[in-house]
Amino acid sequence: MNNVFVYIEIEGAEVREVSQELLTKGRKLANQLGVELHAVVIGTGIRGKVEEQVLPYGVDKLLVFDGEGLFPYTSSPHTDIVVNLFREEQPQICLMGATVIGRDLGPRVSSSLTSGLTADCTQLEIGPYEDKKSGRVYENLLYQIRPAFGGNIVATIVNPDHRPQMATVRSGVMQKALYEGECRKEVVYPEVGRYVGPEAFVVRVLDHHVEAARHNLKGAPIVVAGGYGVGSKEGFDQLFELAKVLHGEVGGSRAAVDAGWIDNDRQIGQTGITVHPKVYIACGISGQIQHIAGMQDSGIIISINTDPDAPINKIADYVITGSVDEVVPKLIKYYRQNSK
Amino acid sequence: MSLRIVVLAKQVPDTRNVGKDAMTPEGTVNRAALPAIFNPEDLNALEQALRIKEHQPDVEVGVLTMGPPRAGEIIREGLYRGADTGWLLTDRLFAGADTLATSYALSAAIKKIGNVDLVIGGRQAIDGDTAQVGPQVAQKLGLNQVTYAEEIIKVEDGRATIRRMIDGGVEVVEAPLPLVVTVNGSAAECRPQNAKLVMKYKHAACPLEVSDDDPRRALREERPYLVLNQWSVADVDGDPAQCGMSGSPTKVKEVQSIAFQAKESKSLSASDADLNGLIVELLNDKIIG
Repeated sequence: MNNVFVYIEIEGAEVREVSQELLTKGRKLANQLGVELHAVVIGTGIRGKVEEQVLPYGVDKLLVFDGEGLFPYTSSPHTDIVVNLFREEQPQICLMGATVIGRDLGPRVSSSLTSGLTADCTQLEIGPYEDKKSGRVYENLLYQIRPAFGGNIVATIVNPDHRPQMATVRSGVMQKALYEGECRKEVVYPEVGRYVGPEAFVVRVLDHHVEAARHNLKGAPIVVAGGYGVGSKEGFDQLFELAKVLHGEVGGSRAAVDAGWIDNDRQIGQTGITVHPKVYIACGISGQIQHIAGMQDSGIIISINTDPDAPINKIADYVITGSVDEVVPKLIKYYRQNSK
Repeated sequence: MSLRIVVLAKQVPDTRNVGKDAMTPEGTVNRAALPAIFNPEDLNALEQALRIKEHQPDVEVGVLTMGPPRAGEIIREGLYRGADTGWLLTDRLFAGADTLATSYALSAAIKKIGNVDLVIGGRQAIDGDTAQVGPQVAQKLGLNQVTYAEEIIKVEDGRATIRRMIDGGVEVVEAPLPLVVTVNGSAAECRPQNAKLVMKYKHAACPLEVSDDDPRRALREERPYLVLNQWSVADVDGDPAQCGMSGSPTKVKEVQSIAFQAKESKSLSASDADLNGLIVELLNDKIIG
């Protein structure tokens, strides 16, 4: 009862990194609340393969549901398992990745349990809440903090009366870390048939194809990111050139992705990838909150912008006032000259 | 086989142009202060519905939207592009709804419409980016769902075959009707407005959009298709406690315009000397190398 749960996402028998990141966050929340961290993983042929990818992140109890037809993921069987499990366990918090799976499963579970769900949180904290109408004060609620409204504001959402308090978080927003403290590390293998009936298995996956990522933006030590100020698809070629000489990767703001100048799997921000590089070079990016949420923990931030008052300049270590067209080729040139 | 398709569409503030008065003191969106558009991914959804209609006989496509009276514009825009009908859910009791209360209202309307085979909506709306309403509507109706669809490949014999995006790949799934599908922005773009349909429907309006002295009243009496369906909570047999603010488990605790912790930054020009100096400094500090 009342514990913190993390839904563990898998591809085959491989646990996705976002789930490990959530375990680390979930462990912190559980410690703060004085409760246990439980993890649930659902798949086919995973027994004996997933446990060691989950337990080291501070899990007190891991529930492994292993049965036919549970991989690839389909909505109804996974929903039924999670909903029936939660009816028994009554968790107070449930975290899922803000992935295609988490954003398919989370709302379905929340609707089944009439609990609140907040998507794409960038911070999760514990704190009190006073309902101004009733005057009632709630202790130890989960603050679900996210940029909202196209990234123009940051909202703190709470679910005072409904459990579990559910949140999804994008990959890379939290940092994973092996847990050094004490935890129980119990593993159980519940009988799948007790949680989901055959009638749930009606969507058939005819073809399931996953490719290795085409880039390593998330783990790149140097990121060159372009925004609307880059001006064109061709303008991004220079950014790729700069990234190549610096051994970095290229990302883009939502505006650049919307303009079709760069693929959407390279979008940096709250609704894209969150990066923590050593050096972040923002080229023609004004700095909407929704973008900054995805890069503010970068080591050194260099902003190139024609507008000396661009919002991103406030968090930049170096502000270069000038056009991307002019500055980027010069950076390439001087790097080549000086690095030899 | 006849097929009834409901397209879920939302009128959204254009979040690319947001001013300071965009939020109310209560932390909800001040929609009146912003330009309103047809949510982009809902247009992708409409296109998928219209393609099914093109490829088989006896398909009816209706646009369902919830919002203030001015959201009637969404239904008109759907009609201009080829939808057959539409419904506006509008009632003060719907105001302040989070995704769950919104889903409740939409599911009540879909039950009221009746005999719906396919519900197709955009994956998410640009003012919330939550992607929750589609799956929640499916759950409330007890239907299966396929999210992140890129193409509804075919609908036949009571089953739909759909290509969908997944993290790092694609999937093709087959699911029985009735079904809820949410469509991703990477799906085909919506067809443009059709000039003939614009002429036909430009004076269509929901009753609440029309003032007493509207010069087109007589025209609408003559042509009933110009009177758009408008439903309240009571019209869809809704439970007021599950609608709007009272039906919303999530509450907004606070809303902030974030002031970033300003750093002490070095200002540089685009001159050769400045940029060369920067590169040398970063190399010397082993920040790049």
